[in-house]
Amino acid sequence: MSTSALLSDAAKRKIDRELTKYPADQKQSAVMSALAIAQDEHGWLPNELQDEVANYLGMPSIAVYEVATFYNMYNLKPMGRHKISVCTNLPCAFSGGVDAAEYLKSKLGVDWKELTADGKFTLVEGECMGACGDAPVLLVNNKRMCSFMSPEKLDKLIEELK
Amino acid sequence: MINLEIDGRPVQVESGATVMDAANKVGTFIPHFCYHKKLSIAANCRMCLVQIEKAPKPMPACATPASEGMKVQTNSEYAKTAQKGVMEFLLINHPLDCPICDQGGECQLQDLAVGYGAPASRYQEEKRVVVNKNLGPLISTDMTRCIHCTRCVRFGQEIAGIMELGQAGRGEHSEILAFVGKTVDSELSGNVIDLCPVGALTSKPFRYTARSWEMSRRKSISPHDGLGSNLVVQVKQDRVMRVLPLENEAINECWLSDKDRYSYEGLNSEDRLGKPMMKIGDAWTEVDWPIALQAVAEGLKVVREKHGAESIGALASPHQTLEELYLLNKLVRGLGSGNIDARLRQVDTSADGRLAGVRWLGMKFADIAGLQSVLVVGSTLRKEHPLIANRLRQAAKKGLQVNLVHVADDDLLMKVANKAIVRPGGMVGMLGAIAKALVEIKKASLPGDVATAVAGIVVSPDAMAIAQSLAQQAKTAVLLGNFAQHHPQYTMLHVLGQEIARLTGGTFGLLNEAANSVGAAAVGVEPGKDGMCAQGMVRQPRKAYVLMGVEPQQDCYDPVATMSALRAADFVVSLAMFKGAAAEFADVVLPIAPFTETAGTFVNAEGTVQSFNGVVKPLGESRPAWKVLRVLGNLLELPGFEQENINSIRGEIAPDLQAFVDARLNNTISGVKVDIPAASGGIARVAEVPIYAADPLVRHAPSLQKTADARMARRIGLSAGLAEKLGITTGMDVRVTQAGNSIILAAAVDNGLAPDCVRVAAALAETAALGPMSGSVSIEKAAMAAAAD
Amino acid sequence: MMIDYGPDAIILKGLDGSNWRLKDYETRAGYQALKKILKDGIKPEDVTAEVKKSGLRGRGGAGFPTGLKWSFMPRPFAGPKYLVCNSDEGEPGTFKDRDILRYNPHILIEGMIIAAYAMGTAVGYNYIHGEIWAEYERFEEALEEARAAGYLGRNILGSDFSFELHSHHGFGAYICGEETALLESIEGKKGQPRYKPPFPASFGLYGKPTTINNTETFAAVPYILREGGEAFLNLGKPNNGGTKIFSLAGHVTRPGNYEINMGTPFARLLELAGGVRGGRKLKGVIPGGSSTPVIKGDLMMTLDMDYDSIAKAGSMLGSGAVMVMDDTTCMVKAAERLAYFYFEESCGQCTPCREGTGWLYRIVHRIEHGLGRTEDLDLLLNLADQIQGRTICALGDAAAMPVRAFVKNYREEFEFHVAHKRCMVGPGGYSTSPVNEPLAMAAE
Repeated sequence: MSTSALLSDAAKRKIDRELTKYPADQKQSAVMSALAIAQDEHGWLPNELQDEVANYLGMPSIAVYEVATFYNMYNLKPMGRHKISVCTNLPCAFSGGVDAAEYLKSKLGVDWKELTADGKFTLVEGECMGACGDAPVLLVNNKRMCSFMSPEKLDKLIEELK
Repeated sequence: MINLEIDGRPVQVESGATVMDAANKVGTFIPHFCYHKKLSIAANCRMCLVQIEKAPKPMPACATPASEGMKVQTNSEYAKTAQKGVMEFLLINHPLDCPICDQGGECQLQDLAVGYGAPASRYQEEKRVVVNKNLGPLISTDMTRCIHCTRCVRFGQEIAGIMELGQAGRGEHSEILAFVGKTVDSELSGNVIDLCPVGALTSKPFRYTARSWEMSRRKSISPHDGLGSNLVVQVKQDRVMRVLPLENEAINECWLSDKDRYSYEGLNSEDRLGKPMMKIGDAWTEVDWPIALQAVAEGLKVVREKHGAESIGALASPHQTLEELYLLNKLVRGLGSGNIDARLRQVDTSADGRLAGVRWLGMKFADIAGLQSVLVVGSTLRKEHPLIANRLRQAAKKGLQVNLVHVADDDLLMKVANKAIVRPGGMVGMLGAIAKALVEIKKASLPGDVATAVAGIVVSPDAMAIAQSLAQQAKTAVLLGNFAQHHPQYTMLHVLGQEIARLTGGTFGLLNEAANSVGAAAVGVEPGKDGMCAQGMVRQPRKAYVLMGVEPQQDCYDPVATMSALRAADFVVSLAMFKGAAAEFADVVLPIAPFTETAGTFVNAEGTVQSFNGVVKPLGESRPAWKVLRVLGNLLELPGFEQENINSIRGEIAPDLQAFVDARLNNTISGVKVDIPAASGGIARVAEVPIYAADPLVRHAPSLQKTADARMARRIGLSAGLAEKLGITTGMDVRVTQAGNSIILAAAVDNGLAPDCVRVAAALAETAALGPMSGSVSIEKAAMAAAAD
Repeated sequence: MMIDYGPDAIILKGLDGSNWRLKDYETRAGYQALKKILKDGIKPEDVTAEVKKSGLRGRGGAGFPTGLKWSFMPRPFAGPKYLVCNSDEGEPGTFKDRDILRYNPHILIEGMIIAAYAMGTAVGYNYIHGEIWAEYERFEEALEEARAAGYLGRNILGSDFSFELHSHHGFGAYICGEETALLESIEGKKGQPRYKPPFPASFGLYGKPTTINNTETFAAVPYILREGGEAFLNLGKPNNGGTKIFSLAGHVTRPGNYEINMGTPFARLLELAGGVRGGRKLKGVIPGGSSTPVIKGDLMMTLDMDYDSIAKAGSMLGSGAVMVMDDTTCMVKAAERLAYFYFEESCGQCTPCREGTGWLYRIVHRIEHGLGRTEDLDLLLNLADQIQGRTICALGDAAAMPVRAFVKNYREEFEFHVAHKRCMVGPGGYSTSPVNEPLAMAAE
């Protein structure tokens, strides 16, 4: 019997709600949201957590791992408290996306995929977020999108998150 | 039917066929990697791109449906450009380490690079390196060589029924792996090695031991389960280096179980006997053949003279060849004894003399695909007959309803429609209930004794569901597995199974345990009216025993009683491949040749006669058992031991072996009164034969002994309720006591086990001390037991 | 304050960023088309006929006629059928569906309900790009509103038609915008495209008949059913009916979405966005999302914005993402960034794409960094040929086409990089300007 150690009851209730969207014999459909829910709780997806999600949804662990490693918003390693993904794709780059990224790199003293010394921020390079008109855009912990990120707004954001 | 042209040649294919199918039909080779006829279409390698008239781009032959009037060019400039382009991409990140690659010489990528590769690479960038993975003791990895065809992943999902490998990551970073920290534990895992078109997945035991072209390829037949897989045995310098499947669609298709594939390691075991051995005084000494044979003849003669011929008994392994079993039977009966048996783990032989013929599957393996509902009684399926299980799995995907009556709810990795998990003592009653339910559904009647026996049974919902599944389908079968055949009420299970099959108009059959169970019975290796069965010879000990291919501690129903009978005997000769524990019970050991070192014949569960030749010379001074028996026959001055070669033995058995066997196959038992025993209380032992412990050869194969299956077999399974009651958790050491004998092993709580059962495997040295394969046991925490002592 | 999406807007008309709720939508004639269909008992096949008449073509990029696609669904079918909306908007340059989802979600819901009615599907899913979480949550909220109002669920508005709609979010994979990868993703797998045939209409979600359309496509449906297919068609040109939302990004004064009639001249569209930023010269335009071939500025100024005109010029209208580049743009660097994107986003399934996208990127990267070789340019063109048309899905094409077009149209810049190990246009790098917020008031 597998007793869940990492997945909280609250998380399970959220997963259960997702499960209502799909046919009863297609529980695997909820794996993307289940992993997102699990990641919200833990900040990242340790193997044991993926295994628990697999058990909860009745799917092979390796199939969960395939999903977790395919979609790039899942964190397979511990992250800073705030993961900041900055879009540097071409349309954004034309409107300051790369500049914003460079500004953050020097402000936080880290390069891509690095964690700040205080453990608060991890900076990652994002791909198209579907908000090119708002460039520069960035995501905080996958879910909060910040638009038109001028240096002043970046300063404000970092201050707020600190 | 669809008409199309492949390279100008007209061809007709069924609707739904692909361009690849059409090309195969006219014998046109289209290069490919990911395509495999037994797997789903992935169309990812893109090597099979061909030119199709009016198509705007090159099309993958494996995935493009053939259509009327289609004109396909597989070899045009256009097609070749596409194919060569793909080859260039495949090679840019391939390490080209062919000189140190085990796949070298049998590598699809290497072979196709000859025709489609360029002399020099245009790729000037850095090559990808992928970390190797530990997939367990059987499969070695060199993942940088992987070309991402996903055949191994699809094999797990579609054939083995368990997804253990996956492709993680994406794009250039995608890699094949198992979930972190896990190994590939499927009993069919080795097939991914054959499927891998490159050297990414290779055989771990075989690693770096030979180049493929140094070895000769010789055909053989697997000596393990009742399937009789066809083998290609690869030999270098008179040593078996590796075993691969020989494709036979009717038997093993293109697959091998890991047992068939890796047991060859036992052939070269340190424990192999190279010379005859004898007990001289108290010393155990190697001797020359003439001395040993003379001693055997003398030993048997003395016992016969002193105690009579009936004091001699013979136990033979059903993994020995037809010719060997035939000659042993002739020898024992020539001595005047009827005590011979190869059903070493069968305790209930009450149907002897009432069986119409040789027990068998009742149908061909290929017929499984056409079944609509099947009742499997007392079988772990996957671990007994991995590839028959696969046939059921594939049929289940197409709608076969699999019904199960067993003591444990192990994951069969297939959809099980209905199951009744009962204690060993409840199995007969469950079949009675199913029969009773069928009578109600079918408005049929049962023979008087059966009707009386089931009168008091209450039909449970499980029994009713199984009966309905069988009643509603036209093509049905009832199959008894190993556990049923080893069951103390086997005859009742057989008769009721037969009754259920009769009521549903279906087939009744047995999943015969060993490679030659059918053959042994066909040549009469079974006691007649005047003889004793294997258990009989143990219960009423004989004065002399002849063993052939038997390790009595592991191969017999009751190791304790068997060993004590052997020890007490005046004379024991063992014809054996391995030294084993022979010194403990034998007076003379004669080294005999395994299946790779002698010609022979196995008759599989479906009754197919499969003969083979030796592929290497016998090791040391070991000799084919048929030769040994012939000389013994002569030394014992028995008539009819003049056979010069294997063919003369075969001819003596019957001019046409297949017809001989076919004429004898019959599962009908008649004249047995059905009696359903009352359920017994207490804690019941469930003793199964673990997959890698079934016969001496596999027990001597080291890599198989390192698998998860081998490890798990050495744990004591407990029903969940029982574990809770006793406060036992997985991993805890527990003491199991059966009839005064105890062993201590680690426990494993088993949620699928019937209530109040303890699962202690048979066929293991570690559990031999417990005695019989059924009975009641007690169990306690080992620490507590120690404190009480 | 209304957001200015241009004078032709029908889908994005009358939006101020906060009037997205059901009651607001109803004041914009929302759900009237659905009510009309159910009240008048319009036959499902007549709904499809109306959509066919409208000339509506798929707004996700392929431009396949929508009505025709709907007619592929087997009407009588034992077992479930599915309707899926592709809101996995991740093609660089495209950000139109996001505005529909956040500012006018009910128009999509109504469009999907009508589509479900036409095709007899009982369950639908809207697959929303993982990066726009706020929009995903808003859509969930809009679904709740629609359920509460009886527009979704059992016996919609008292009829015997039932339809349930759910949203499903992605989590960072461009490839899931490909319809079969999207289906795999809903099934809880990696987003690896399926080989077609079989097509989703026969073997789609969970192996059942499925129709997949883009967000904007569904969003156009209520208008068509309310005003008639003819009216929609007449907004645009024959075979190019209706309006289209264009996402303008890059070197324009006011980046943003502009909904204009099909066939409107590009020059007019550029004018709506305030022209090239800083009044600079137009160097090139990627007219339909990053995968479509770049067109030189002079030629672009002569084109109309519809499927056929752009195709004639050797590119594609795609998803309507218009990326504008001024004369300060280094085309090698631009090509490098796009090549990197496709390399990053290749699913890894097909050999040419898995191996080829990395190769393309590494070559362009070398050239950009002064390590290019003369033979690299022809190698790039040849590799693009070896990738395009050789893969299961169009990502291979999407990776090959921009590289080929950049090398062909701006070969002299690539050659200059190889020869001089530096950029032909100034210091190199991206030309950027101070961040401005033309439409921010709606969002804040």
